[in-house]
Amino acid sequence: MKIAMPVNEKSMETTICHSFGRTPYFLVFDTKSMESVFAHNSAATSQGGAGVKAAQAIVDLGVEALITPRCGENAAEVIKTANIKMYKTINESIKDNIQAFNDSKLSTLDEIHAGFHNQAGK
Amino acid sequence: MKQLLVLSGKGGTGKTTIATAFIKLAQAKAYADCDVDAPNLHLIMQQSTDAIQSDYYGLPKAEINLIRCIQCNLCRQACRFDAISIRDDDFGYVVNYYACEGCGVCEAICPMKAVSLNPAIAGELLLYKDEAVFSTAKLSMGSGTNGLLVTEVKKQLLSAAKATELAVIDGSPGIGCPVIASLSGVDMVLIVVEPSISGISDMERIVKTAGKFNVDTVVCINKYDTNFENTEKIEQYCKKHKLHIVGKVPYDANAVKAINNGQSIVDIDCVSGNAVKECFNETIKILI
Amino acid sequence: MRIAVLSGKGGTGKTLVSVNLATVAEKATYIDCDVEEPNGHLFFKPNNIESQDISVKVPYVKQEDCNGCRTCVSFCKYNALAYIGEKVIVFDDVCHSCGGCVLLCPQHAMSEKAKYVGNIKKGTSENVTVITGILNIGVASGVPIISELLKRPLDKGTDFIVIDCPPGSSCAVMESIKDADYCILVAEPTIFGAHNLKMVHDLVRLFGKPYGVVLNKCQDGDNPSERFCIENNINILMKIAFDSELGKFNSNAEIAARVDSKYRDMFTGLLQLVAKEVSHETATSP
Repeated sequence: MKIAMPVNEKSMETTICHSFGRTPYFLVFDTKSMESVFAHNSAATSQGGAGVKAAQAIVDLGVEALITPRCGENAAEVIKTANIKMYKTINESIKDNIQAFNDSKLSTLDEIHAGFHNQAGK
Repeated sequence: MKQLLVLSGKGGTGKTTIATAFIKLAQAKAYADCDVDAPNLHLIMQQSTDAIQSDYYGLPKAEINLIRCIQCNLCRQACRFDAISIRDDDFGYVVNYYACEGCGVCEAICPMKAVSLNPAIAGELLLYKDEAVFSTAKLSMGSGTNGLLVTEVKKQLLSAAKATELAVIDGSPGIGCPVIASLSGVDMVLIVVEPSISGISDMERIVKTAGKFNVDTVVCINKYDTNFENTEKIEQYCKKHKLHIVGKVPYDANAVKAINNGQSIVDIDCVSGNAVKECFNETIKILI
Repeated sequence: MRIAVLSGKGGTGKTLVSVNLATVAEKATYIDCDVEEPNGHLFFKPNNIESQDISVKVPYVKQEDCNGCRTCVSFCKYNALAYIGEKVIVFDDVCHSCGGCVLLCPQHAMSEKAKYVGNIKKGTSENVTVITGILNIGVASGVPIISELLKRPLDKGTDFIVIDCPPGSSCAVMESIKDADYCILVAEPTIFGAHNLKMVHDLVRLFGKPYGVVLNKCQDGDNPSERFCIENNINILMKIAFDSELGKFNSNAEIAARVDSKYRDMFTGLLQLVAKEVSHETATSP
């Protein structure tokens, strides 16, 4: 199955990004074929609704599980509606998190934070 | 890296004055000004090198090509922001740059393809790499998209100063998205509050906002001796909500003099400077 | 006569000036456009409150008419729509209410409903009608509320309106000063104050508004804001000295002009000066 993580660079050695909506890239890893693909996150430069756009991209990529340190409420709604499972990362290492996922050692992400709603007007 | 964010809710409480004092006391090698609407930190933290400047793009703005415009009025009727009007010389329609919110309805609805949405610069990002890394930005007049710009200021800081121990961030006033954007990833928030009814009311709103992020929050009461009654109200509120008060700073005319000389209050010998030193020591004890 | 009171920076005394100015007029309307942190009502403590909820339009989808073309999702510049599990989901909080998705849906599957974003309260406090706008926490733009605040029909006989603007120079401020006859810029005597005065000075000039400056919290020694005014030939209407008594009234949310005749006289002087400036403008403008 395909699992995804927000990452800082296009490399398996890079660290996991602390933001989901504004991460520069997503790593999409196929647990069966062990193939990894890095997708550019176009939501990173959005004026607003980054969480929604990033989550839509994850859905469209056919991901079944998302592993992330945090998730905003709008993104979470998209992810949950699509029946994609959400797990909390254990540390910043991609390899450690993939391993933990395979060993079923990851806990589900329960704390969803309020969105940042970056948009016009003040 | 530990990130300390200074917030106030209400403007004019002394947030920037105290943030600069903390930067000097900590000899912080990384600091940022997230008050992108009215940045002030650079006025005290003078830099000796030029900044690396980058444009910040906000929402695109619509523009009407007069040659193609047939004045069918469809765009004007459809615009929800009253941003389109007839030109004074009657040559066609014109978009009010400041009112336009870049939604693209006019572009989509125009039968003559006379409208285009163009990228619009809404501000600029500045990064100074001197003895310390200083990240700041300025939003252009009339812009609204400041949450994203704040995120860019922080991103810029974090990538330029990876190995630093402590980063001090001067936050923006209010409770809106720029504040929420500055809260992302910080380890501690210092709320600077002044003892006025409006100051207390705004502090309460900001405590609620910061509370949603589960960040350690501490409070500093500035100009506390201008109203002892209200200072006590603040102390009671903090006690009730289990917020640690790191110190109280008295009103000090010398503070204004220092600031106007481009100095921080801890660069001269004054009562507010001494009080802030104690707040700083108390804050660092908890943070590190 | 519509007077807007603004400052580049918060905490300079914008509310102090606007509240007291409205108080010393015979009959006035005070409109608080700082919808994120309205403070004027804390001073006026108005009675006979009428409340009006303010809403904006957000889309809703008739799912049975939706064929999944995703035109709306691709069109939306604010990412307020997502298409998941054969349904369109709307994210109200990032929607700008542009109406584009409704207009463009080929299946006419979208229409609009109201979303409550804030509130306007109107009350009275002696000679002043107090109108306060407040934005709900979590809502991003105060502009729709400000727009509504300034559209409201006014009571007969009130022709003096004071608009307490939000700090800064954002679109919310622009909306607040749009129809003002005159702008009072309030500045404090620090380099921060001068720097931010410049910002708001640029704004009023861009809008072609006549303006003057009130220097607040003046002390001995250098006043960078005063220097800025002198260097740029800006009319200084009044200098308010730093006064701990005034500060105390203010911090206790008391209207100085109602408590002490000294302040009443001071603000009456300012009112007369501003009125003169406005009539001068009307006489000399085409």
